[in-house]
Amino acid sequence: MDTTELKLNTEEKTGMNDSGSWDWKVDKRLVANISHWKEQFGYMEELYVSPNGERIAAVVKSDDMKFSVCENGKVWDKTFDKVWYLQFGPDNRLTCLVSDMGAWTIAIDGEPWEKRFDFIWNTQFSENGKDIAVSAQTEMEYFAVLNGIEWEKKYSVMTNMVMSQDGAHTAAVVQTIPVGAADIFKFREGCFSVAVDGNPWDINFVNVWEINFSKDGAHAVAEVRTTIYDYTVAVDGRLWNQTFPAVWKPRFSPVNNSVTAPVRKGDSWMLFKDGRQFWDQHFSQLWDHLYSNDGNHIAAIVAPKFGRWTIAVDGRPWSLTFGDLVTDMVISPDGKKVACVGKEKDFWSVVVDGRAWSEAYDMVWKPVFSPDSQHIAVKVEKRGYFYLLVDGKTMEGEFKVLFNPVFSPDSQKILVKGITGNPDEENYYRQVIRLSDIPG
Amino acid sequence: MAESAEKMKTSKIIDKGIEEGAANLSSKKIEKVIHDVLQNETGARLKTYVETCIHCGLCSDACHFYLSHDKDPRYSPAGKVKQTIWKILKAKGKVDADFIKKACEIAFTECNLCRRCAMYCPFGIDVSYLISIVRRICFKLGVVPQYIADTAHSHASTLNQMWVKDDEWIDTLFWQEEEAADEIPNLRIPVEKQGADIFYSVIGPEPKFRSQLIYQAAVIMNTAGVNWTMPATPGWDNSDMCMYIGENEMMGRLKKAYFDTAMRLKVKRIVMGECGHAFRSIYDQGNRWLGWKMPPIPVIHAIEFYYELLKEGKIRVAKKYEKGVTFHDPCNIVRGRGLHEMARYVTKAFTREFIEMHPNREHNYCCCAGGGVINCGPPFKKKRVEGDRIKAEQLFAAKSRGAETIIAPCHNCHGGLEDIVHHYGLGMEIKFLGDIIYECMEKPESMGE
Ligand code: SF4
Ligand code: SF4
Repeated sequence: MDTTELKLNTEEKTGMNDSGSWDWKVDKRLVANISHWKEQFGYMEELYVSPNGERIAAVVKSDDMKFSVCENGKVWDKTFDKVWYLQFGPDNRLTCLVSDMGAWTIAIDGEPWEKRFDFIWNTQFSENGKDIAVSAQTEMEYFAVLNGIEWEKKYSVMTNMVMSQDGAHTAAVVQTIPVGAADIFKFREGCFSVAVDGNPWDINFVNVWEINFSKDGAHAVAEVRTTIYDYTVAVDGRLWNQTFPAVWKPRFSPVNNSVTAPVRKGDSWMLFKDGRQFWDQHFSQLWDHLYSNDGNHIAAIVAPKFGRWTIAVDGRPWSLTFGDLVTDMVISPDGKKVACVGKEKDFWSVVVDGRAWSEAYDMVWKPVFSPDSQHIAVKVEKRGYFYLLVDGKTMEGEFKVLFNPVFSPDSQKILVKGITGNPDEENYYRQVIRLSDIPG
Repeated sequence: MAESAEKMKTSKIIDKGIEEGAANLSSKKIEKVIHDVLQNETGARLKTYVETCIHCGLCSDACHFYLSHDKDPRYSPAGKVKQTIWKILKAKGKVDADFIKKACEIAFTECNLCRRCAMYCPFGIDVSYLISIVRRICFKLGVVPQYIADTAHSHASTLNQMWVKDDEWIDTLFWQEEEAADEIPNLRIPVEKQGADIFYSVIGPEPKFRSQLIYQAAVIMNTAGVNWTMPATPGWDNSDMCMYIGENEMMGRLKKAYFDTAMRLKVKRIVMGECGHAFRSIYDQGNRWLGWKMPPIPVIHAIEFYYELLKEGKIRVAKKYEKGVTFHDPCNIVRGRGLHEMARYVTKAFTREFIEMHPNREHNYCCCAGGGVINCGPPFKKKRVEGDRIKAEQLFAAKSRGAETIIAPCHNCHGGLEDIVHHYGLGMEIKFLGDIIYECMEKPESMGE
């Protein structure tokens, strides 16, 4: 499954935020003294920051060993038996999954949903953050819950729940036909399907893995296998007319709803579109492909030969390759640039359009493009400290904790969210810097 | 003429996966599948092995099946190859369904893919590779023992070995965290902590049957002050029976999910629990099928990790384990990775009396559970324990010199050794290295003390 992208990102989500309304005044503002928190709580988990940088929070335990959340120095009134999976949505609301007496729900800005479940997990946000969905289980029945409303139909098994970008739909892999213990022949008849908003497609598969919605949420595509040997792609329940020995996650074009997927042929991988070969090139590996916003370009992580990794844009691989891995690929908003993270012999680098930035690090996070596509900011780690790189230059200052940066809507400024100081005086600052002020 | 099973050993074991799987096989289909596998998936290695083997039999004494069956040549490594892949090659794929059934039973239940024989062959021929090709052919024909096939279907459906559902996994972590926090206040199992140094990964049976191992790991991690995490998504399980049934495509899917999880969590290393076959899957076979020469994120086995913690003083010995112990070297992390000296260093640090079994280290006999053999389930259990009488003798000799406890840092070895100890009435107990460390390490002061 593609776990790099939307599941359980513990970094804050920045989706399609309303950043135009945020405070973009050039300024450095102290939001919280974290040392005070540490003095106050015997137990404090890692910190999370809202996309706009105004809110910082952590799960804490109170004196009576109950869990709660400390936000900007103030602890929620409510306490719980357990709190986990703290997540700020793209609209800066704070969510977490909470339980009391074995009953679970989601708390949004401290207010739990009325409904309780035997378990919930996998919080999902729509692009603007207004819609929230979770996977849930009650009395061993599984379903998705969108904005507090449960699927009518429940299933004995449900995995890989996803939400459409517009927040109108949810879909998941579900088991539609029961299979007895170790009944391998029943299993092979096909007992799984895709449920969209709770309703299963009228076709069953041996297995289903990743599901993706079209941009408008009207269509869904999934990677499936129809026998234990035959893998293919199903669009709204209709199969491509070819099968393959393996496929990876398919995607819709954002403009015309055609579908592409990496497929295996012989011992190499290719990109197929609507069931036919699309890219001419074959690769030793090809996966995690993405479209540019205008749908005109596709980039994918590829291995042109065994043991060497790079990015191919529209089928053409970069000449720079990495031996360990390539990950965290992003395409600029205008579709003209591609950035990723590469690793060679344990050293991590930022790569943009096939060229690596000069230094290597102990860890590199996913690059962030400015809205005008002209700038790139990246969080990196070296010897236990975090730094912010902008357009290849290291910004002044080292951080104990650093959160992913955000560019202003006009691409002139950058919002830096980080914790600095010594153990006695650790402070979380929200700082807006004009890019032209960064020394070159 | 099609090669039939006449001259092969006949077995009375009935396995549904083999019987029903072979029921409708036509000779034409068999020939085609064999041809496809040999043409498209094998190359110089198979050719070299087949052409190089001089049938000298020097590998025979390496195999516990052969030794345990009074040196019956049919159980020798070369004998098993002769009865399966050589016949297939000689007959150019013209074999019948009965032959496939027998070949399946030999390949899946009479070879642990332990690679001991490869050390004794003057040419280094790896019989386990040849047997794996037979398994791949059987898989492609749909003839796979029922229980291990079911496990592979679990892997495909849940990305874990034991049909553990997404919520059951997370709930188990919370449950173990809560239990362990009774012993060590504020103990935490950090779930989904992005940027932690270490992703700790386990195999399916841990949440299902051996959740105390997660508890113990949490105590060790918390005591040592390790910055670690465990995922709340599928991708947490490093085990891989798909590798052993020849379902390479699914092996690849499992390992992609696994390493994607590590990359998403932004960890610097993966530490895996005490499992052998999973190490083979993430360090050798699965990663390479995907195109990674080495694991993309460095992986270390629990033994290496304990060794490191001990050497760095992050865990300390509070008391010595009193009973005499012996150490069983698991194939995949000793012949496959050379961890035997580190294992002894840690074992000796925590125990009063250490008794070597013989042979040991890379020459140790397999537990007979590995290579997916134990996963073929109850139909083959008796055959499995009888196929490793030599292990019982080896353990008994260690016991007669004072070993009461066997340390085996591998789940499959545990299962296999438990059955052997029970069947041969050895009266020894089996522990993970983590059990001993947990019992004997210095721990932060417990609540109420
Ligand atoms: S069980 Fe081990 S020693 Fe015996 S044939 Fe198989 S790999 Fe060789
Ligand atoms: S595999 Fe090696 S040791 Fe065994 S019979 Fe062939 S040549 Fe001899």
